[in-house]
Amino acid sequence: MDEWIDDLRFSIIQQSNHPIFQYFNNLFPQNKSMATKDTFGEGEVWEVFIQKETGAPHEHAGSIHAADPEIALQNARDVFARRGEVVSIWVVPANSITASSPDDSGPFFDPANDKIYRHPQFYHIPKSVKGM
Amino acid sequence: MEALDEIILLERFESRINAGEKIEPKDWMPERYRKQLIRMISQHAHSEVVGMLPEGNWITRAPSLRRKISLLAKVQDEAGHGMYLYSAAETLDVDRRELIEQLLSGQAKYSHIFNYPTLNWADIGVIGWFVDGAAIVNQTMLAKCSYGPYSRANLRICKEENFHKRQGYEIVATMAAGTTEQREMVQDAVNRWWWPSLMMFGPSDNESPNSAELLRWKVKLHSNDELRQRFVDLTVPQSQAVNITLPDPELRYDKKTQHWNFGKINWEEFWNVVKGNGPCNRERLAARQKADDDGAWVREAAVAYTMKRRMNR
Amino acid sequence: MKNGPDHRTKNVLVEFLFRLGDDRLILGHRLSEWCGHAPILEEDIALANIALDLLGQASALLRLAGEIEGKNRAEDDLAYFREATQFTNLQLVEQPNGDFAFTIARLFFFSAFNNLLSERLQKSSIEALAGIAAKGFKESSYHLRHSKEWMLRLGNGTEESHQRMQIAVNELWRFTGEMLAFDEVEEKLQQQNVIPDLNPIAPKWNEIVAAVLTEATIIIPSHQKDGGQAGNHAVSGSRNGFHSEHLGHLLAEMQILARSYPDAKW
Ligand SMILES: [Fe+2]
Ligand SMILES: [Fe+2]
Repeated sequence: MDEWIDDLRFSIIQQSNHPIFQYFNNLFPQNKSMATKDTFGEGEVWEVFIQKETGAPHEHAGSIHAADPEIALQNARDVFARRGEVVSIWVVPANSITASSPDDSGPFFDPANDKIYRHPQFYHIPKSVKGM
Repeated sequence: MEALDEIILLERFESRINAGEKIEPKDWMPERYRKQLIRMISQHAHSEVVGMLPEGNWITRAPSLRRKISLLAKVQDEAGHGMYLYSAAETLDVDRRELIEQLLSGQAKYSHIFNYPTLNWADIGVIGWFVDGAAIVNQTMLAKCSYGPYSRANLRICKEENFHKRQGYEIVATMAAGTTEQREMVQDAVNRWWWPSLMMFGPSDNESPNSAELLRWKVKLHSNDELRQRFVDLTVPQSQAVNITLPDPELRYDKKTQHWNFGKINWEEFWNVVKGNGPCNRERLAARQKADDDGAWVREAAVAYTMKRRMNR
Repeated sequence: MKNGPDHRTKNVLVEFLFRLGDDRLILGHRLSEWCGHAPILEEDIALANIALDLLGQASALLRLAGEIEGKNRAEDDLAYFREATQFTNLQLVEQPNGDFAFTIARLFFFSAFNNLLSERLQKSSIEALAGIAAKGFKESSYHLRHSKEWMLRLGNGTEESHQRMQIAVNELWRFTGEMLAFDEVEEKLQQQNVIPDLNPIAPKWNEIVAAVLTEATIIIPSHQKDGGQAGNHAVSGSRNGFHSEHLGHLLAEMQILARSYPDAKW
């Protein structure tokens, strides 16, 4: 089993426009050798976001393994919602997330810091006015 | 030039840690830090998963529905802990499969405590009280460690652990106040689990080669001996409250240090179990191997199904 | 109990609650055996969740049965101090777990049944039962969804998984008949307006199961040449305490501690 899939994957890598290419890369993200006994491993990694009450933002809760979105969603529910207090769950394939890199932190985020006019405290309002 | 970069990066890394900042997956980190974390986190994960076995041994025999339900929920939580931790390890560029293979091949270790057998129902109470109690002491520290994903995993774990310890202690307290036979069962379980529980924190720091580095990088924040002492100080009064004797004639309160002094730990036994010669090492690994083998076709089917659906699209 | 059932209803109602409670207790027990041994960590958690739901339903149902019975028997007395022949769970749920396909197919068959039954029992005139059923309906909807998804994956997955699933379905089919057959206990309760008509459950169940098996490319046993009996006649009698030999062993394990120290509190 190991060999055929290794071969298959190798030949696909040769012609990386093949549709299955993306799929295998999803499955084996590190492009590592699949010399392990269990070729199919544990499925893909899915990042899980949970919303604790309606209106609240979805927050990252952790990740789970599953081969497809429906089971991923069910697994996420069992793992992260079994103590209640969850109203909505998102699951996202981990490799669909593009993250900023730490080196970006200067140029990427700094510019916002000096835009103090975005913060309400920037504006002076007479003390007697309420509800602003 | 590169070596110089490395020195600067290391300096910056250490100063961030000293400032109490968390290191996140994409941040630069020394290779040693990454390696040590993978080793620690995966050992921790394996311990949660193997740890399901000794307690799982009593789910089908729990003596009341309430006990059955709490024990099942507790063992289920441990599976969850395993998952949180494998996920934390995966942020360091290893995958779960790889780690599981290391466990099954005997290359990776797990806590030696799970190689002892659960012989009567009181063991379930005592495990919750001692083993989860010790784990809480350790994990409370790890929740403050310098690596973000590991710290967050432990934070989540700690929230769940409290119920584990309480369900264990409740069993102990109920049995200790019960019939003569029940009292004997609890005392017997305490006698068997006390010393192995003290070993859970690992050998004295002078003898554990990694300690200094782990402390400097705030992967650990306290020494093994400090954690062990904290556990003893917490547990002795709890044993007194239920009139259970801890099997250590040297246990004495030191008014000056305000700590409980305890006797010598038999490290030979510890190393023997770590090396694979404990009472249940073979059974534990065999059980994990069997679950993995028996499940291979299921995992394969799940992937094949996805693959078919994607191809059909 | 205020507004309790009248005397006439009492015995059949207790009988009915035993059936409901025992099914859930025994299946919950079987599923709990998977904890620590499932094919993937995520599934350890999922199966334990379902087992916990079922055990929770079982406790509530047996507690209610004990209260109505009025013989001072709590749920634990009923779970731990009855003999195999006093249990009235389906033979379906007491069968050993087999492989993952067997466990899933059984869970699917039972969950479809449980879901249809709970949906109706929400309308019971016994408030406590209606409440338990409302919770059971929500929970079993999820059990059904989870087991259905695995039916599809195993049926359509690999050749091996397909074969295993077909075997499991064939093996289990003979246990489903008695699940869908109601007797005078349910009839009397319906006549007394304690529960609604349960007869629509069987055709609905067949519809749900046929649809999923078809999508899973699994041949429905009743469509097979031998009518799905696979050389075995359909089982019956468990509602009256007739069981396979497996139940005795399950209970021996489950009850050993409670029975060894009958005076002890745990
Ligand atoms: Fe844990
Ligand atoms: Fe725990």
